[in-house]
Amino acid sequence: MKSLLPVLSVVGAILLFWVVSVVPMNMHLTADLAQRQDVAVTPDTPVARQDYSGIGLALRNTHLFGMTYTLDRPRLPSPHQVAVEMWETIALRSVTSRRSLVYHGWVTLSATLLGFAIGTGLGILLAVGIVYNRAMDMSVMPWAIASQTIPILALAPMIIVMLGSIGIQGLFPKAVISAYLSFFPVVVGMVKGLRSPDAMQLDLLRTYSASPNQGFWKLRLPASVPYLFASLKIGISASLVGAIVAELPTGARAGFGARMLVGDQYGQPMVTWAALFAAALTAAALVGLFSLIERWTLRRMGMQAT
Amino acid sequence: MAVILANSLNLTFQTNDGPVHALKDVNLEINKGDFVSFIGPSGCGKTTFLRCIAGLETPTGGDISVNGMTPDEARMARAYGYVFQAAGLYPWRTIGGNIKLPLEIMGFSKAEQNERVGRVLELVDLAGFEKKFPWQLSGGMQQRASIARALAFDADILLMDEPFGALDEIVRDHLNEQLLQLWARTEKTIGFVTHSIPEAVYLSTKIVVMSPRPGRITDVIDSPLPKERPLDIRDSAEFIAVAHRVRDGLRAGHVDV
Repeated sequence: MKSLLPVLSVVGAILLFWVVSVVPMNMHLTADLAQRQDVAVTPDTPVARQDYSGIGLALRNTHLFGMTYTLDRPRLPSPHQVAVEMWETIALRSVTSRRSLVYHGWVTLSATLLGFAIGTGLGILLAVGIVYNRAMDMSVMPWAIASQTIPILALAPMIIVMLGSIGIQGLFPKAVISAYLSFFPVVVGMVKGLRSPDAMQLDLLRTYSASPNQGFWKLRLPASVPYLFASLKIGISASLVGAIVAELPTGARAGFGARMLVGDQYGQPMVTWAALFAAALTAAALVGLFSLIERWTLRRMGMQAT
Repeated sequence: MAVILANSLNLTFQTNDGPVHALKDVNLEINKGDFVSFIGPSGCGKTTFLRCIAGLETPTGGDISVNGMTPDEARMARAYGYVFQAAGLYPWRTIGGNIKLPLEIMGFSKAEQNERVGRVLELVDLAGFEKKFPWQLSGGMQQRASIARALAFDADILLMDEPFGALDEIVRDHLNEQLLQLWARTEKTIGFVTHSIPEAVYLSTKIVVMSPRPGRITDVIDSPLPKERPLDIRDSAEFIAVAHRVRDGLRAGHVDV
C-alpha cells in the first residue's frame, strides 16, 4: 500500500501532461473546423494561422479549448477518447470480430508466445554451449551481440519475404522475429547464471568426484534460476515488440501491429492509440505473470525473490 | 599405520609476478586416527597442503599418498570428506537435501540416504532441522550442517579448512568441543587448518607449525594432552607449554624471512 501513492502520482503526472498537450497539438485542426462552423477564430485565415505554434494559437483562442478534446480525427487523442475506443473494441465486440482488439491481441500474442518459447529454448541451449565449450564461447557470443545491433525494422521484412518465398507464412515468420529479439537476454542471463557458482562450490563437487553431468543438474542449473527469470522478463516483452514489428512492414491484416498501421493509414488515431495501449497492457501482464511465477518458484526453492 | 604420507613435497605456482613457492620440501606422516592441525600465518601453504591431500592441487615435485593411493585416486575412491571455510550450503536445498547431495552423486539408495541424513544430523546435534533451509539457520549451525554433509558418506578422513574461522569465539569453543566428541565417536583421521593457537592445541594429537615464503614445516609437535579434553584443560600447565612451543615455532618461522 505504501507504494500506491508514488505510483499514482507518476500516473497522474503523465495523464496531466497528456491532457494539457491535447490543446496545442490539436489547435490548428480545431481552428479550421471552428471556422467552418462559423465560430470566430484569430487569426482568421488558415495561412496566417500557420505562422503560429500550437501554443501560440491556443493562447489566442482560449474559447476553443473544449473543442480540441472532441475532434473525430485529432492529431493527439485525449485519454477519454482512447479509453472509449478501447472499451468499444475490447468489451463490446465479439472476440471473433475483426474489429475486436481481443481478436487482434490473440493473433499477436500467439506469435509472441511461440517466438518466446523458441527464443528461450535457443538461448538456454546456446548458453549451455558457451559455458561448456571454449570454442563456442569465443565464436557464438560476438555473433549474438552483433545480431542485436541490426535494426529489427530493417531485418523483419527480409525474414518475412525470405520465409514467404519458401512457402512459410502466417504465424511462424512472426515468431521467428520474436525469437530473434528474445533469445539474446536469455543467453546473457543464463551464461552469467550457469557461471555463478563460486570456486568453492565447484571444488566441493570435485571432492565428491562428481561427473560434469551431475555438476550441471545439481549445481549450475539450479544456481542459474534467478538469473533465468530476470532474462525471461526482458525476453517476453522483447518478444511482444518483435511480433508487433513483424506485423508492421508486411501488410499483416491482423494483430496489434496491423491495427496500428490501419489507424495511421486511414487517419484513425484512436485505433492506433488503442492498439498501442492494449499492447502495453499485454506486455505488462506478461511481465507481471513471470514475476509471479518467479516469486513462487524461488520461494519453493528456498530462495527469496529480490 | 600411515594414512597420509608426504615425501619432499613441492608446489610452485606460476604467477604474473614470477613463481611462488607455496610448498617446499614438505615431509609429513599422518597416522590413522590422528587429529592433525596445520597452523601458520597466511601464505604458509597450510591450505595448499590440505588441497594437495584432497587432490584439488597437483604438486610440482615429491610424492604424496593417501590410503596408499595417489590423491587423485583417493578422491575418485571418495576417501575423504572436505569441509570448507564457508559452509557453502546450496540455498535451494534444505539441510537434509544438502546432506543428501554427496549421497545422490555417489548413488546411495533413497532409503539409505534418509537413514544417513538422520544419523549425521544427530551426530552434529542438528536433529529436527532436516526440512529447514540454510537461511533459517545461524552461521554456526550452517557450518555444523556442512560437517554433517562431509560425514554422510563415511569417509575415513575428514579434511577441514579453517571451518570455524568466520565464527565468533563462543560458538567456536562450543563447536571445538563437539568436534572432539565427534572425532572420539567416529575414530576418523582429521586434518584441520587453523590460525588460532588455542584451537590447534585444544583439538590436536599432532600440531604441524608452518611458515611462509617458501611455505614449509618448521615444527611438528606430538601433543602430550590426554584424549579426554574438557574446555578447562586450556588452563593446565601442559596446555600452556604446548601453546608456547607453537608460538615459538611461529616466531622462528618469521625470523628468517
